[in-house]
Amino acid sequence: MRFLSVFGEYVIFLSRIFSRPQKPRIYLKQTIREIESLGLNSVGIVIVVSVFIGAVITLQTRYNLDNSWIPLYLIGLTARDTMLLEFSSTMVGLILAGKVGSQIASEIGHMRITEQIDALEMMGINSASYLILPKIIATMVFNPFLTVISMAVGLFGGWMAAIVTGALSSSDYIYGIQYWFIPFYITYALIKTVFYAFIITSVSAFHGYNVRGGALEVGRSSTRGVVYSSILILMTDVILTQLMLA
Amino acid sequence: MITVTNISKSFSNEIVLDDISVVFDKGKTNLIIGRSGSGKTVLMKCIVGLHEADKGSVIFDGRDFTKMNFKERQDLRREIGMLFQGGALFDSLTVEENVMFSLNMFSEMSIGEKKDRVNFCLKRVNLENVNNLYPSELSGGMKKRVAIARAIVQNPKYLFCDEPNSGLDPKTALLIDDLISEITKEYDITTIVNTHDMNSVMEIGEKVVFLHEGCKRWEGSKEDILNSSDVHLNDFVFASNFAKKIKALTTRED
Repeated sequence: MRFLSVFGEYVIFLSRIFSRPQKPRIYLKQTIREIESLGLNSVGIVIVVSVFIGAVITLQTRYNLDNSWIPLYLIGLTARDTMLLEFSSTMVGLILAGKVGSQIASEIGHMRITEQIDALEMMGINSASYLILPKIIATMVFNPFLTVISMAVGLFGGWMAAIVTGALSSSDYIYGIQYWFIPFYITYALIKTVFYAFIITSVSAFHGYNVRGGALEVGRSSTRGVVYSSILILMTDVILTQLMLA
Repeated sequence: MITVTNISKSFSNEIVLDDISVVFDKGKTNLIIGRSGSGKTVLMKCIVGLHEADKGSVIFDGRDFTKMNFKERQDLRREIGMLFQGGALFDSLTVEENVMFSLNMFSEMSIGEKKDRVNFCLKRVNLENVNNLYPSELSGGMKKRVAIARAIVQNPKYLFCDEPNSGLDPKTALLIDDLISEITKEYDITTIVNTHDMNSVMEIGEKVVFLHEGCKRWEGSKEDILNSSDVHLNDFVFASNFAKKIKALTTRED
């Protein structure tokens, strides 16, 4: 029953977010600001994490395929498919759920407990739409770029690891990442990213928006936002994989 | 004029407001007084729809707020200015951006006209040269004044003030009280102020409603308060030993 009640509240919350914007020009400005705050400011962490994971995938695959019958270029292929199919979309999604999700939940939660959201409502402004719609649009537009950056940087990290450790030659790795390339994998990853962006932003915002109490509750709502976003991302991953790849 | 009829509100089976009916007059500073936890803020939030009342109606000059849909409520709220207890200024915006916020959202004024209007409102609350400061750089009294400027920038018909003096020294509190009273007269608006500050009551209270444990116990003018025989009201008004002595002296003289 509790789940149904919360789900109902979430649906009503979404319907308020997606009601007609009161002044589209202001929403556009807000969206551009949010792209900077939630998107551009996440490029650094995505690059750092992706480069190391690309390197680790390459090295681990090399040590697990230590067999002269298996061609070395398969290591490049494995690194590529892992990055494209799962890491750059789902793992980066989980990382962003932690970074962006907690930022959104705590920002909106703080506004709630300091009555700034009530002040917006009292001005006749649809606070849910004004505060959250630009964030949703910003992340749904920009996160696919983060995924593409993660793919490129991850493959570069793998190449660096291969060269520096001598695990395999540059030509083997490059041949591997080109071998039997299926362009749809990129489309699949980008579609997943757009779903994840929606989940991260709306779920975290929902928890921040409904905070009652003080600073402790804001912290708790931020944690809840991250946890529920992460679980939903993994569930969505299973569903979309079954729908798009099966 | 705002007419509140039979408003009740409970939270988790605990009754916070019990069947309250009261009329708040136009052009007057109407005060809701009572101890902390008596239901003042909840009543104010029920009137403006920030809390949904369990039953009862709120009528703004013939318009039943409780029967309005979301869009109609948004439209009516553009006629309301509200001063929150903590000011509720947007902390990532400057003073000027805070006051200009609703103009940006709803008016078709040019940027120059909007700046003129903001400066006029800031001057009205005796603030100048603070346009580019952030709320964190202001004192408590200045924050309240910016919040008042923001509340009146759209020429509201109704002004709600939740504990406007909380956290302020007595002199600044008087300044804020006078400002609210002057604005009420100047714009001929319906003002409702929540307070437990007796200085405010005696200074600006034209109509006073006393709440006790979620019920309306008493209603009258500030002059009537001193002669009231209501036990709970007397407990509230003459809470300190000093006030009790004054009351005793006054009674003896009479």
